Amino acid sequence: MFGVNGSGDTSGFGGLVRVGSSSGSSERPYGSYFDEIADDLERAYPEFNDAIEAVVVQNGELTLHVNREKLEDVARILRDNPKLQFEMCLGVSGVHYPDQTGRELHAVYPLLSMTHNRRLRLEVSVPDSDPHIPTLVEVWAGNNWHERETFDMFGIIFDGHAGLTRILMPDDWAGHPQRKDYPLGGIPVEFHGATVPAPSERRSYR
Amino acid sequence: MSFDPYASSRETTEGRVYSVTGGDWDELSTEIGATKEERVVVNMGPQHPSTHGVLRLILELEGETVTEARCGIGYLHTGIEKNTEYRTWTQGVTYVTRMDYLAPIFNETAYCMSVEKLLGITDQIPERAQVIRVMMMELNRISSHMVCFGTGGLELGALTPIFFAFRDRETVLDIFEEVSGLRMNMAYIRPGGVAQDVPADAVSRIREACRDMRKSFKDNETLLVGNSIWMKRTKDVGYLDLAGCMTLGVTGPILRAAGMPWDLRKSQPYSGYENYNFDVITTDTSDAYGRFLVRLGELEQSLRIIEQCCDFLDKLNGAPVMVADKKIAWPAQLSVSADGMGNSLAHIREIMGESMEALIHHFKIVTEGFRVPAGQAYAAVESPRGETGVHTVSDGGTRPYRVHFREPSFNNLQSTAAMCEGGMIADVISAVASIDPVMGGVDR
Repeated sequence: MFGVNGSGDTSGFGGLVRVGSSSGSSERPYGSYFDEIADDLERAYPEFNDAIEAVVVQNGELTLHVNREKLEDVARILRDNPKLQFEMCLGVSGVHYPDQTGRELHAVYPLLSMTHNRRLRLEVSVPDSDPHIPTLVEVWAGNNWHERETFDMFGIIFDGHAGLTRILMPDDWAGHPQRKDYPLGGIPVEFHGATVPAPSERRSYR
Repeated sequence: MSFDPYASSRETTEGRVYSVTGGDWDELSTEIGATKEERVVVNMGPQHPSTHGVLRLILELEGETVTEARCGIGYLHTGIEKNTEYRTWTQGVTYVTRMDYLAPIFNETAYCMSVEKLLGITDQIPERAQVIRVMMMELNRISSHMVCFGTGGLELGALTPIFFAFRDRETVLDIFEEVSGLRMNMAYIRPGGVAQDVPADAVSRIREACRDMRKSFKDNETLLVGNSIWMKRTKDVGYLDLAGCMTLGVTGPILRAAGMPWDLRKSQPYSGYENYNFDVITTDTSDAYGRFLVRLGELEQSLRIIEQCCDFLDKLNGAPVMVADKKIAWPAQLSVSADGMGNSLAHIREIMGESMEALIHHFKIVTEGFRVPAGQAYAAVESPRGETGVHTVSDGGTRPYRVHFREPSFNNLQSTAAMCEGGMIADVISAVASIDPVMGGVDR
């Protein structure tokens, strides 16, 4: 609205350097208990190199980027192997990266091992044109609603889910609101003789 | 049949549908009794007074036995997660505080912790700010559990507990008002610290309130613990054992009532919880009564923590409550006056009358906000209902790229079917009350 492009920052004041969010694998040693998790998973799962696309350590957290074909196998081993034992999955968080061609939709699973008091994150990325990820409800039953929510908000289809329907939006809603191409305030507000742009169109400081 | 606005019926492909919105139930039961149908599907809510908010329960009944229980949610979905993507990182606090509206401080703290993780300033948060956060969280835990007792009691037909509970909740909300200027949705915890220091005389007032509450908690305790009616309604009701909790991802009092001493404050301490003496309360009954006892026990532990916070606050008097980095810290020290919270007069005097640079700085950081390095982070706190986890993603901009809340209410409500199926319809109310879902958190 005010013709701001880019960050709009002319002072150089907010001078933080951008780091890509998926800048490849981290180098070993990962630090903390992360090496142990990676080693234990590699020992327990011979197809480790096929299944794990990248191991990223960032902000003191370990993320395993998993190939969607192997997701269920990896999940079962993470849950059942006594050295790993991630008995709790804390849901699914979807993220839409329209710029990452071929892997626009991400599903992020935070895992928790109460036995070992450890955390781990699984991340699966799929293309927008083929948004299918196998369901993990069989492994962690509590993922049921979380997967429905991610389907509702991002349109990721969790194959094998017994009742993948909308959960927060009305059943007949069109579109998936958390996608980046879905505007905020998607229903235009109108006054007599004037139009009000959707909040997402009003101004930008980014 | 003549038209009755309170109990109409119509034929559908699924069978006859009756709408009952009050009035005489005898007529309805006579009419249903006349049909040959054994199986009745009752749609309870979302405006039913006993469903703990706008929760819709779809119950399939055979007689009074529930054979299938499903939840319909989403009636309070307001797109908070989407909205945060269009505001600065600091403004995000104002949105997330409205999710689980009974535990706003927990939402704020979890969100701020994840932002601080992305900024890499987790270690730089001043000690006094951490103590204030812990104190506010524990006060909030008390006020939240009070609503659980009060409304939970009401739903079961116990009308007295809510008077005691809301009296004590009022004490806590008064403290919130004095400290933050607001009683709910305070947006008090900010990335980097807290919005303003606690007023000078607040600490002694909080100590006094703790002493009072310790006495007044006894009212509900003597009223409900061992009360035969209360126990008949809650004992062995809403059973969910440890295995069920684990597979359904259930945390908080439900998990601790199944005998698991899992509390993030102890197991993965944050905000300096490792410096406080308190116990994790557990029972092993896995039922609604056990959950009630766990919550009751947690009240005393919260009081213990608050009193230790008061001691720390006395020691840290005058210490900063916001991170030292001026490129992240909110420039204005806010203050509470008669008409609520606002910029302090001293700050306005400086930016309007003394320093042009300070004015520019204030304008830039308030309107544009600060940048957060690209990446993702997950931070979790032990809220009154379990693990509140926040997954934030930044693309390096001044606004969140994605904020996702792992709401314990949302997750725990999934256990309704496991708790209720096979039981009596009256026990559904007990079970849902013992989950203590807050629909603002469930639907976000």
